[in-house]
Amino acid sequence: MSTSTLPASASAHDPAAEFLDRRTPLERARGVLHRYPALSPAIVLVISVVVFGFLNDRFWAPGNLSLITQQVAVVGTLAVAQTLVILTAGIDLSVGATMVLASMVMAQVTTTAGASPVVALLLGLVVGLAAGGLNGLLVTRLKLPPFIATLGTLNVYLAITLLYSHGATVRGGDMPAAMTWTGTTFPVLGVRVSTGVVLMLAAYVLVAFVLSRTAWGTHVYAVGDDRDAARLSGISVNRVLLSVYLAAGAILALAAWLQIGRANAASPNVGVDMNLDSITAVVIGGTSLFGGRGTVWGTLLGALIVGVFRNGLSLAGLDVLYQTLAVGVLVIVAVSLDQWIRKVRK
Amino acid sequence: MTTIDATTAPGRPGGTDTTPVLQARGLVKTYGRVVGLDGVDLELHRGEVLAIIGDNGAGKSTLIKCLTGAEIPDQGEILLDGKPVHFKRPQDARTAGIETVYQTLAVAPSLDVAANLFLGREVRRKGPLGSVLRITDRAGMRERARQELRELGISTLQDVTVPVENLSGGQRQAVAVARAAAFGSKVVVLDEPTAALGVRESGQVLELVRTLRDRGVPVIIISHNMPHVFDIADRIHVQRLGRRAATITPKSHTMTEAVAIMTGAAEA
Repeated sequence: MSTSTLPASASAHDPAAEFLDRRTPLERARGVLHRYPALSPAIVLVISVVVFGFLNDRFWAPGNLSLITQQVAVVGTLAVAQTLVILTAGIDLSVGATMVLASMVMAQVTTTAGASPVVALLLGLVVGLAAGGLNGLLVTRLKLPPFIATLGTLNVYLAITLLYSHGATVRGGDMPAAMTWTGTTFPVLGVRVSTGVVLMLAAYVLVAFVLSRTAWGTHVYAVGDDRDAARLSGISVNRVLLSVYLAAGAILALAAWLQIGRANAASPNVGVDMNLDSITAVVIGGTSLFGGRGTVWGTLLGALIVGVFRNGLSLAGLDVLYQTLAVGVLVIVAVSLDQWIRKVRK
Repeated sequence: MTTIDATTAPGRPGGTDTTPVLQARGLVKTYGRVVGLDGVDLELHRGEVLAIIGDNGAGKSTLIKCLTGAEIPDQGEILLDGKPVHFKRPQDARTAGIETVYQTLAVAPSLDVAANLFLGREVRRKGPLGSVLRITDRAGMRERARQELRELGISTLQDVTVPVENLSGGQRQAVAVARAAAFGSKVVVLDEPTAALGVRESGQVLELVRTLRDRGVPVIIISHNMPHVFDIADRIHVQRLGRRAATITPKSHTMTEAVAIMTGAAEA
């Protein structure tokens, strides 16, 4: 949020502060990490990339780096939506289910109804907005805790998906080419970049811009930070919350398109469990589950860290279960670090 | 939705100098069978600090809530510059130029000083950057925040880009008061501004109140701290059992006498 390079401590502006600052080096480090939430995941990503590069030569190969980004694209997009919700001190367990529902609707209307890709994508957007809007209404009108509201809608959206699709997968070849366009790649300096990765990055740039440069972004942070303070400052808390869930729904529709391209198919059974992966990326990225602190760039780093760990451990020849183990440990370490960093607050 | 019309909009003086800036007549507020206010009158004049004192349950908070739109009185009327107003929510009172500093401070800890000063009232960039892309004028807001802090003489807060959570209690209070001062064109209400502060920080906040008054903005201050009240107030509204027991001044009465009126041990 703040672009200032000034030190975190307010006492630093007192000329005598450097003599009075009795904080230990560890406490100073904590102050810096507190001010820049994306710093710790950035350090972890650099270290892990270097270490995995040493463990296996093939890790650094352009083809492998390209693969990592493609593997990260869908979860990375879900995680943008998840970051918005978590910044308001909420959580969205239904992101995976919403994405799958939107992708099935998009795919089926092109095959069974012969709809054009534009119509299909717009319908997917409507599905995403409707799903996000329902979450938002449950949270703001019925005052349900976001965890419970989205736990319910997770199952509702999943059931609707299976009822609608009859459990059948739509193959990529049966859809118009535009539906799987997100899975196509093009060369950039010898590395193949997928269209989906570019679209994911566009979502990050857009959300980062809105969060840091508009009043709405400030209000999202304020609502997550201290809801009563936001209300007393004249912010309509419910309106901000509803708009956050709607924005998340729109981003999930984009994720659905990316998923169709990545899998070259729309399947009702793939991606539902990505809700936990998206929360993992957000948390490793330094965004606080208590709201009001974090950035989408941290989330991107978090998603990349998970991708790098899975890929690197796999290249190192370790069983897939060790990938799961490593990601689990990463989450626990990241949240512990966040708890420790937050102790700066009095 | 606000019920304020153009003639009472902030910045345009209405009424004469003898008209109270803010006046309450016969305010009644009940909560079920509990009577919070039992016909309270109150006048706030131009350029004065009016303290409201009273024992717990005397109706201080309810009175303030009615004046600032947090509660709607059952009966009675509120006049701003001599014209009746009907606040339905705090936002209505703010729009009319009445700013409140709540006891809970109402600042967002992770946002910086400038963002907190303008929270809920962000200023957009000029031209299409602001109107189309809705970009906020961060540099402009920071500059105005610096200026406001300078004018209020808050020297301990020079860097407006520091998150509020890194500030001391007194500095946070200063941010809250500065926000009220920056936007409170008619009246600033402070609810227990020194309750959580040390001696030196309390002194700084009281100094801020004087600066505000000298800028011509009348201040209502609620406090339990008699020395602070007698130090800062021009007049003292004593609230007792849901009514105004008396309006006194620090010159006309001693602290002991004020407490006696407050507790019902003496008549005004």
